[in-house]
Amino acid sequence: MSGPVQETAEIFSVQSVGEYKQFTLVAPGIAASARPGQFVAVSVGGERTSMLLRRSFALYDMTPGGEFAGTIQFVVAENGPGTQWLVRQPTGARLDVVGPLGTPFRRPNDPVPAVLVGGGYGTAPLIPLARELVAGGSAVEVVIGASTAARLFGELVARRTVGHVTVTTDDGTAGQRGLVTDPLPELIKKIDAQVVYACGPMGMLRAVGEVAREHAIPAQVAVEESMACGIGVCMTCVLPVRGDDGRSRFVRSCVDGPVFLADRVRWSDVGRLPDDLVGAAGMTRTPMRGGAR
Amino acid sequence: MADMSTTLSSFRLPNPILTASGCAAAGRELGQFFDVAELGAVVTKSIMMQPRSGRPTPRMAETPSGMLNSIGLQGPGIDSFIANDLAWLHEQGARTVVSIAGGQTDEFVELARRLYGHPAVSMIEVNISCPNVESRGQVFACDVSASSRVIGAVRRAADPNVPIFAKLTPDVTDIGTIARACADSGADGLSLINTLLGLVIDVDRFTPALGGVTGGLSGPAIRPVALRCVWQVRQAVPHLPILGMGGISSGLDALQFILAGASAVSVGTAVFGDPSAPMRILAELEAALDERGFAALSDAIGFAHLDADERQARMTVTV
Repeated sequence: MSGPVQETAEIFSVQSVGEYKQFTLVAPGIAASARPGQFVAVSVGGERTSMLLRRSFALYDMTPGGEFAGTIQFVVAENGPGTQWLVRQPTGARLDVVGPLGTPFRRPNDPVPAVLVGGGYGTAPLIPLARELVAGGSAVEVVIGASTAARLFGELVARRTVGHVTVTTDDGTAGQRGLVTDPLPELIKKIDAQVVYACGPMGMLRAVGEVAREHAIPAQVAVEESMACGIGVCMTCVLPVRGDDGRSRFVRSCVDGPVFLADRVRWSDVGRLPDDLVGAAGMTRTPMRGGAR
Repeated sequence: MADMSTTLSSFRLPNPILTASGCAAAGRELGQFFDVAELGAVVTKSIMMQPRSGRPTPRMAETPSGMLNSIGLQGPGIDSFIANDLAWLHEQGARTVVSIAGGQTDEFVELARRLYGHPAVSMIEVNISCPNVESRGQVFACDVSASSRVIGAVRRAADPNVPIFAKLTPDVTDIGTIARACADSGADGLSLINTLLGLVIDVDRFTPALGGVTGGLSGPAIRPVALRCVWQVRQAVPHLPILGMGGISSGLDALQFILAGASAVSVGTAVFGDPSAPMRILAELEAALDERGFAALSDAIGFAHLDADERQARMTVTV
């Protein structure tokens, strides 16, 4: 896997999908080495902007160049001034994009049955993964969910890729009413799944991890943590994660993730500083006051 | 093409663009985007004696033309830093400024000792503007005697061939007084400025947006404050070199700092938005000096402090 590149990428198309916008960019440098689970960091606001930080998006598709230049796709939800600017960019506009960033989903060497769980537009990075798993001969089940029908993403493409998809919404406007974790145990049993892959909000990932653990199988989850740089220098996107040595550390979700094993993430300690974290003792000698990197 | 070389006390640099402490980790990640040996120097994230977890999340909030952070000096501790980060920088042939931070004077001293004689260390930046307090809930650099004590002790403990720069906070009544105290205690130069203390409230959760409550404000929003500090310190201690920083995002931003009296500049928050910013800013600064008829960067240092006649006289010589 080669490292990230920074490239000026032309917007090839922007499509509306429910409440989301699906971007296709001509980005041959990124497309050449991107893997499912990785993400890109996009500058927003234009040259004179007051918004300094990039916005990060999981890759929905990566098509390396051949006869045509390589392209990437990602999905944007409008939830602030940066994404509002982004979704108004016309076809042909150029974006400054850094990628591919982060860790990809790890795929088994041999085909194993897998359940993919997507929350909202968190389904996006699961689609290229589903394609690879199916191509590799794995049995795949997909369950996608959202608060309401307009916030679902990827139902059609998931159906096209794996043949069928289970849908849930909190309000019952599509599929079965409830959470994605409701049908999950049944789907795991149905194909005797050996692994669960998930992307979505933190609460969902935690719940998916718990279901996987009850079935004694691993869950690889891609987190959506807010980031400033996306490349590992700013230390803002950290999560408390248990390492191979059994000790927990704040690790960067941009370079050590975004894909983690769910049972390694200390979900209940997100936003806290647990005493047993490596280096926590070094913090207690000094009062908590902001102002230092 | 202007001669871009400069000096920070006895430290000679081929160009005046450095990274800023805490904005480039230890250079390795930026090395994916450009050769870090081409920088004037890498300034590493402040290191302490022990590993530090840093503060709980959220650690960052974007603000107009800036950002607020409360990382809390997350780091691996000095031993791991020397074995891994400094060794990597040495292998790359990168000039390195090591930023050190301590909870007490003794910790700064011990850090300076650990770095003594290390071939990769070109300079030490003493982060006395971090919020780790020795007494009375104040940062060292808010207090004349605390600043003097730390800087004096580090200067005595550190390798005499390695310049030490005191990094100051703008959150003081008179930065010139602190700068003079550091100069009198043996600082070889001054790094200006650290972040300004700020606050953002999350109006949906009704709480401060950051886990650390307050945070350090950086980015172009603080650039005029940083420039003002460089200007005032240049007048207060004209004999000491200044490493300027605070919201530098372009070659012209860097030029303002040079004209105000900085001998070199650090590029910090701009890197988060554009990992190749330091190299772009270097090229832009070189072009800006050429356009203005400066044969050498060193001719432009502090140029804005000259009166109109002096500026006129120098320009006719150089152009």
